[in-house]
Amino acid sequence: MPHVQLHDLTVALGGGDVVSEVTATVRAGELVVIVGPNGAGKTTLLRAIAGLVAPRTGSVRVLGRDPLRASRRLIAHELAYLPQHYELAYPFAVEEIVLLGRYARQRGLGLAGADDLAAAREAMAACDVAHLATRRFDELSGGEARRVIIAQALCQGARCLLVDEPTAGLDPAHARAIFAMLRARCDAGDAVIAVTHDLDLALRHGHAMWLIAGGRLAARGAPAEVLGAAATRDAFGLAIHVGALPSGAAFAVPA
Amino acid sequence: MSGFVTGAARRLTLRQLIVTLAACAAITLVCAALAPLIGIVVDRGGWRLAVMGPAALRPGSLDHDILWVRVPRMLGALLVGAALGGAGCALQALLRNPLAEPFTLGISSGASLAAVLAIRFGLERAFGFAGLGGAALVGAAGTLLVVWRLARIGKHLPPATLVLAGIAMSTFCSSAQMLIQSTSDFVELNHMVQWMFGSMETVRLVTVGYAALPIAAGLLVLLAYGRELNALAAGPEVAASLGVAVGRTQTAVFATASLLVGAAIAVTGPIGFIGLIVPHALRAVLGPDHRLIVPAAMFGGATVLVVCDTLARTVVPLHHLPTGAITAVLGVPPFLAILVHQKRRAALWGRG
Repeated sequence: MPHVQLHDLTVALGGGDVVSEVTATVRAGELVVIVGPNGAGKTTLLRAIAGLVAPRTGSVRVLGRDPLRASRRLIAHELAYLPQHYELAYPFAVEEIVLLGRYARQRGLGLAGADDLAAAREAMAACDVAHLATRRFDELSGGEARRVIIAQALCQGARCLLVDEPTAGLDPAHARAIFAMLRARCDAGDAVIAVTHDLDLALRHGHAMWLIAGGRLAARGAPAEVLGAAATRDAFGLAIHVGALPSGAAFAVPA
Repeated sequence: MSGFVTGAARRLTLRQLIVTLAACAAITLVCAALAPLIGIVVDRGGWRLAVMGPAALRPGSLDHDILWVRVPRMLGALLVGAALGGAGCALQALLRNPLAEPFTLGISSGASLAAVLAIRFGLERAFGFAGLGGAALVGAAGTLLVVWRLARIGKHLPPATLVLAGIAMSTFCSSAQMLIQSTSDFVELNHMVQWMFGSMETVRLVTVGYAALPIAAGLLVLLAYGRELNALAAGPEVAASLGVAVGRTQTAVFATASLLVGAAIAVTGPIGFIGLIVPHALRAVLGPDHRLIVPAAMFGGATVLVVCDTLARTVVPLHHLPTGAITAVLGVPPFLAILVHQKRRAALWGRG
């Protein structure tokens, strides 16, 4: 069974269709990167997969379950979602925020047990925020806060991870570390779908790339091919040049 | 981000939960035990503030009789304070708005209007406290629903529009109330005014008995939602993807908060700002974890109202001031401080 299966997915928000007729599959161990111009419907597609917005037509299956019909707790076991914007109404400590990721696995009062603390420690280490554990969330820099909420999503322990611009606001070293970590999760058998504008990282770490333009899945395939395709040039209004550094590492820049 | 939180930046442990709540309970118990013993005594030498001794516990003495006039009042203050503190704290978490509380959301005015209508149209005469209480309950729930609908912009509940909607409803309800009062006869009017003062004067053991069950049940429901309220601090979408049944949580907490506020208002009339100030003060000291501060706000609200009511009985000798006025006078300055603090952080005009 594929981790994520989309069939003829169309999502309407307010006026018209924001996502149109997307049919695609994400399998275990796959890191899919979604690229596309602003307002193309990337975030809405991700939210539809997470069961946060209902499709107008078509279907979403996450490990065989419809995320709109199954209980949120059940879905949270299988799928974690990192939104693009994250506003915290009350300033919790970093460790508490990461531990919120354990909600679906806890009962009763939900005081952190040994399992929860181990999961939180692991997630914080993976996102390089362990040293911030007792800091208040509202005192963090933008990039630090971003890494903390990635840690929250990781801490959920789900097999499908949907991340919306995980590296926005991160310095190059941390951005690369986050993508390497996502790739490592996939190598361990999870599935990751990442929306990003970071084309170099998408090129280097993604197994597959989806180009979303005007709500449609305009191109898909190996990242280097999609970035070089005519559809990508049309969508962005400029060509993307894919090359290799002397070290052999690939890069992508607007030509 | 909302202001005034400087509490410990550590995760909640069972030990911290038990120690903190035991301390809160102890403070509440001490205040509740002392309050009925304190009062103004008038004798040939004039008036003086006096604390009754153990003699007051002996049946037959004058002190004993006085004590038993004050005890229902103290019990009423405990119940109402706990209800308002708990409901205020839960509403602030649910609406992600530090200014949310029964008064600013217009719930108090809605409940008052309904109660005044009940007095005017004889519901109270016909059904006693149940008529008044039922009406206050319906008024509280109805207003909360209307304000919620009015303030919603798409999926967001911005603090500014929420407070605006609350104020609009509040003003509407108070005006409607005035219209009803101006057409009421003297007996009704007297009853309404006394009730609207938020006076604890009229609290009897019977009314406390009626309100105890719904308030206790409501408080228990709120206690069960601490974890969900924590997750909702990150917004409904994040909470949903963490596994929270957001719709069910919102409905349950809204309904429960209306029940609590309606029941509380039915007992004493509108008591302002307990639901705002107490959770804020506790958040500042104990941190934002709702598993801790929701129960703490219940104890805190109970304590503050018992103290305010004792002040109401004793500050001006031979005059019992309305308790609601005392809490409002003490509560408004901190409310303004929060507003100014928020404005400085430009959060008030941002998205909820």
